[in-house]
Amino acid sequence: MGQSRGALSFVDVTKTYRPGDEHVRAVEHCSFDVPPGEIFMIAGPSGCGKTTLLNAVAGFQGIDAGTIRLDGQILCGPDRQALPGPDRVVVFQEGALFPWKTILENVAFGPIVQNRLSRRDALEKARALMADAGLGGHEHDYPATVSSGVQRRAEIVRALMNDPTVLLLDEPYRALDRITKSLMHESLLEIHARSGVTILFITHDLEEAVFLGHRVAVMTARPGRHKQTIVIDLPHPRDYSIVTTPRFRELLQEVSDAVREEAVRAFAQGDAEGGLAVVR
Amino acid sequence: MAAPATGEPDELELIAYRLRRWVASPRPYLALVGIGLLLGFWYLTVDLLQLPRFAQMPGLPAVLHEFLSRNPDYGTSLFTADYYQDVWASLRRIAIGFALATVLGVPVGLMLGWSQRFREYVFPVFELLRPIPILAWVPLAIIMFAGSETPVVYLTFLGSFFVTALNTLLGVRSIDRRYLLAAACLGARPWSVFRHVIIPGALPFIFTGLEISIGIAWFSLVAAEMVSGQYGLGYLINTSYTQVEYPTIVIGMVTLGVVGYGTSVLVRAAGAALRRGHTRGG
Repeated sequence: MGQSRGALSFVDVTKTYRPGDEHVRAVEHCSFDVPPGEIFMIAGPSGCGKTTLLNAVAGFQGIDAGTIRLDGQILCGPDRQALPGPDRVVVFQEGALFPWKTILENVAFGPIVQNRLSRRDALEKARALMADAGLGGHEHDYPATVSSGVQRRAEIVRALMNDPTVLLLDEPYRALDRITKSLMHESLLEIHARSGVTILFITHDLEEAVFLGHRVAVMTARPGRHKQTIVIDLPHPRDYSIVTTPRFRELLQEVSDAVREEAVRAFAQGDAEGGLAVVR
Repeated sequence: MAAPATGEPDELELIAYRLRRWVASPRPYLALVGIGLLLGFWYLTVDLLQLPRFAQMPGLPAVLHEFLSRNPDYGTSLFTADYYQDVWASLRRIAIGFALATVLGVPVGLMLGWSQRFREYVFPVFELLRPIPILAWVPLAIIMFAGSETPVVYLTFLGSFFVTALNTLLGVRSIDRRYLLAAACLGARPWSVFRHVIIPGALPFIFTGLEISIGIAWFSLVAAEMVSGQYGLGYLINTSYTQVEYPTIVIGMVTLGVVGYGTSVLVRAAGAALRRGHTRGG
């Protein structure tokens, strides 16, 4: 389906925050490419600017220098902030299903407010996608009454309803327990296999990064720069048995070493938060 | 909203169950004891001990006798039409004032929270007028509005309006930024955001505001009725005082307590019902 869409290219992206008189270089001369149709993981110590990149793509904030292109078109530049839109849907760390709407109403929300589908067609499509994702039976539940696993899956289905070019996931599984997390991972891989949507996925969890990703980009400690992209050459479709294979351990080691090096550097710079992320 | 049709019987059963639980629990009896202690203190200080400062106070037997008399000494009891005319006059003013305050206060509050431009124009005025006590408005209200009824309704409206608008504003400001970002991501235009995020997101605060607002409405009403107007419980209390019909003062006060409590319960129940329909479990 969307196999040819969703190529993201970051060139020399720089962003500085100015809280008070301080200048915090969140991201500096950051360049890398996200191939279309892949699951692209960004890993790195805390405060390395992962979320800054994602927010720029989403259109939540601008960048100071450089460009970000989506399928060749300029998405953001120093004097051009992207507007949020249904081609680049974010799934939030804390979850952002509307608590006052049922899961079904949440999932159908995008096409209805965009006037892309009639209410009836949107609800029908939402039901079908929910059934595909194993969410059948939860249509009329309110978000607060279902497990966080169901909430996360529903939020991803809500995003997919819009046939997005890129799905932006900001540590969506951070708060989940290990078992639920592994189920979420398999479910995400299934969803990806079906939709072929490009996924930009930010995470702390390196095992998650290697298990899910086609590639894992490692960022340097602040100011965040692209350090290297590690190709995860594990075959698809994957299931959890893969985590015990030697190749998986090898790749995980490679990613861990790269991230660890940066975290140690951050720690030495006195950025305690960066250090903690790895000690954990 | 296509809320799922939850069975009515379930709801009724639930209410019956809660009622049984309540009767079986110590709570209703403790409440009775509390009320009994208050009445006992009143009876003790005024009638039995006849404390000096309480000499002029109407005692519990005198008030009860007056309240329950078919032929009250001062003309107001449960069996006189005058009494109900006063209750009705107050209730009517409350209904109009509170309804107006809600119908105007909620949209103004939503706009204050939603539109920065609107907030910049209106909020300073709002903050300037809001701290002025209702009593300070009484003379202007009488000058501004003809007759005796409109000023009272206006004053009842005014206090409620500020509370409702302010709580609605706070409700909008309390909405988590995530929901606004999510709506933007999903392609919602401003009007859809307003309808699907701002209004439902602010709803819990709005209802809290309405619960406070109905209390303020009674406060303003009685203040206004004591100064201007004819009929009404505030009027009854004030005229009873000037005409030295002391038991009637207490009749008016007790009635205010009961009727005011009733309206609060109604507002709370309406809020709970609406919220249940909107965010079950949320």
